[in-house]
Amino acid sequence: MTAGPADLLDRRLLFVTGKGGVGKTSIAAALGLLAANRGLRTLVCEVDAKGNLADFFEASPNRFSPQELSPGLFAMAMNTEESLKEYLRLQLRVPLLGRIGPFARSLDFVANAAPGVKEILTVGKLCYEVRERTYDLVVVDASATGHIVGQLAAPQAINELVKVGRVQDQTRWMVELLEDPAVTGTLIVATPEEMPVTETLELASRIRAETPVDLAGVIVNKVLPELFGRGEEEIFDRLRAPDRVAELATAVTGPAGVVLDAAELAVTLRRTRAGHITRLRTELPGDVPLLYVPFLFTRTHGVRATRNVADALGAELGY
Amino acid sequence: MARIHRVESERAGTLEQLLAAKEIVITCGSGGVGKTTTAAAAAAMAAASIGGKVLVLTVDPAKRLANALGLEQFGNVETRVPTALFEAAGVEPRGELWAAMLDTKESWDALVRTHAPDPSTRDAILGNPLYQNITGKFVQSHDYIAMERLFEIHASGRYDLIIVDTPPTRNAIDFLEAPERMADFFSSRLLRWLITPYRSRLVNAASRPFYSVADRILGSQFLEDIAEFFILFQTMYDGFVERARAVTRTLSDRRTTFVVVSTLEEAPVREAEFFIRALDDRGFHLGALVLNKVLPSYFLDSAAAESATVMGRDADRLATELGAVDVELGPPDVLARVLREVGESFLNYRVVATREAEQQKELAIVPEIVCSAPFFETDIYDLAGLLRLGERIWR
Repeated sequence: MTAGPADLLDRRLLFVTGKGGVGKTSIAAALGLLAANRGLRTLVCEVDAKGNLADFFEASPNRFSPQELSPGLFAMAMNTEESLKEYLRLQLRVPLLGRIGPFARSLDFVANAAPGVKEILTVGKLCYEVRERTYDLVVVDASATGHIVGQLAAPQAINELVKVGRVQDQTRWMVELLEDPAVTGTLIVATPEEMPVTETLELASRIRAETPVDLAGVIVNKVLPELFGRGEEEIFDRLRAPDRVAELATAVTGPAGVVLDAAELAVTLRRTRAGHITRLRTELPGDVPLLYVPFLFTRTHGVRATRNVADALGAELGY
Repeated sequence: MARIHRVESERAGTLEQLLAAKEIVITCGSGGVGKTTTAAAAAAMAAASIGGKVLVLTVDPAKRLANALGLEQFGNVETRVPTALFEAAGVEPRGELWAAMLDTKESWDALVRTHAPDPSTRDAILGNPLYQNITGKFVQSHDYIAMERLFEIHASGRYDLIIVDTPPTRNAIDFLEAPERMADFFSSRLLRWLITPYRSRLVNAASRPFYSVADRILGSQFLEDIAEFFILFQTMYDGFVERARAVTRTLSDRRTTFVVVSTLEEAPVREAEFFIRALDDRGFHLGALVLNKVLPSYFLDSAAAESATVMGRDADRLATELGAVDVELGPPDVLARVLREVGESFLNYRVVATREAEQQKELAIVPEIVCSAPFFETDIYDLAGLLRLGERIWR
């Protein structure tokens, strides 16, 4: 049932997750940009309260109410209190927002200590946007590895916990959207380093075991370039002999040793990382597509970087 | 082991001195910066050269790191890292290194067992569906329980030094405020208000609208579960609040220090800066800043950059020159490609190194101790590796 990478943007709701520091937000922003450029009305939503999604579009900070960044590309920031108010207004037709104000605040307060409420308000709002078809695609800059399973599993968990009432009905349609692989998918972003790869593998199996959501793919970010092709590394090794370094230094009229050291470091870093990519490829279930995004030496933030990443993703998806 | 308590004016100058002077070290920083590894490396160094009993309490170590510490079973059990592992790394430790992982569920259960007034309340809490969800499925309780465990271990007096690796939090300062939030919650009027009707079976006029809305959203069974949970939890109220306050006190105790860990990438630096400010605002002691994966300084050398530029630009000429006198360097076109690649690569990494050097300068408020560790060629997977990293940040 898993869709191939080419079908990625045909889905309606994509959660982008991954260990902190792997470039989750940059990938989510780039996916949003790519989709919008391909004519899809796209919403990118950041879930982290301290997220910096706006930086990737050079936009002013996102709010709960979406801002249009460029034609067809919208961005918002999740806010569970706003989400609750919207829910009460739309679903329960609770009149007089003023009167439920204290109630909403109380509930937000309870949510801090009685978790599950925050998760459902987050996922609920996202599912709502999908159900209402306001957008062709909703890309979520989701919580980091530690939180995402709880979030994706929340509707199901609450559905089981609350046997009757409005919440039962409300969580049922959410679960239906989440469990349909044609609608919803999760993307895990990883860098080719040990911890992110380990966490990705663990998360991949937890998503499959504990949530109804399909694992749509793994994006390997910050892939370092290969320096040498066949036969070239041998020559590089010979070049590192002390007398040759001296000759090279004379030829370039400057220090040559450190430049070669630097290349050696680059080769080692690339090789170590290649090992982690291999591990990812061999240990992930065979039907999970892998997409590669190169390491950006020049810019890591800002709209320019987002464009570069979007181009790289587009190329990977065969666009 | 004798301990030296320094006065504020004689602040430590190295990580070694800092760790010798403190009893609790809390590492913090954003994900992916090597926080866990740094905590383990510092603990290994402390055990090796300061001595005493050192515990590293980690939240979620990579398997290989767990293996490096000899941790095979996941759970709350404190395990001693075998001396043989130190000896294999060529080090004779002066003290003992212990390691433990944090099991949130297990810690919560232990907490309930400590504070429940009687066995039947205890069993009712442990069996409540809401309790099981809070402790098992959702993660915010991580923050509080990490601090709680730290407090409990410290109060037991079993260790001379405890190094805690903080859980990855959504908001970096969440865990600092977790004990206070927990205390606030249990002493709140809201809580009393919420459970009153279930206790008295009488809904007063003031709270009736609340219940009618809540009923419509949540269903009454769920509300009853919530109420039961809170009624039961209230029996532990005093113990809990007092405990949470004590945990908060421990964080600001002068024997406690914070070590901020970061790399020089943009996002982690911003997080580190935010963290440093947050610690400062709350009056917590910022001991040191550890910078990981720092690129070698030769990338900043302009003469080397010039050489690299020449290699890239004049690769063909250089290849012909060098190849003419040295046949082992292969055909000139291949050599030229190698040289171009070497030059390019240097300049690429130089861009990163320059940006990172700038980031380091921009860290506005810096603690007195700043240590940096290089990019290690391989990941750290044994005690020798931890000690190698430790050596770089230690003095």
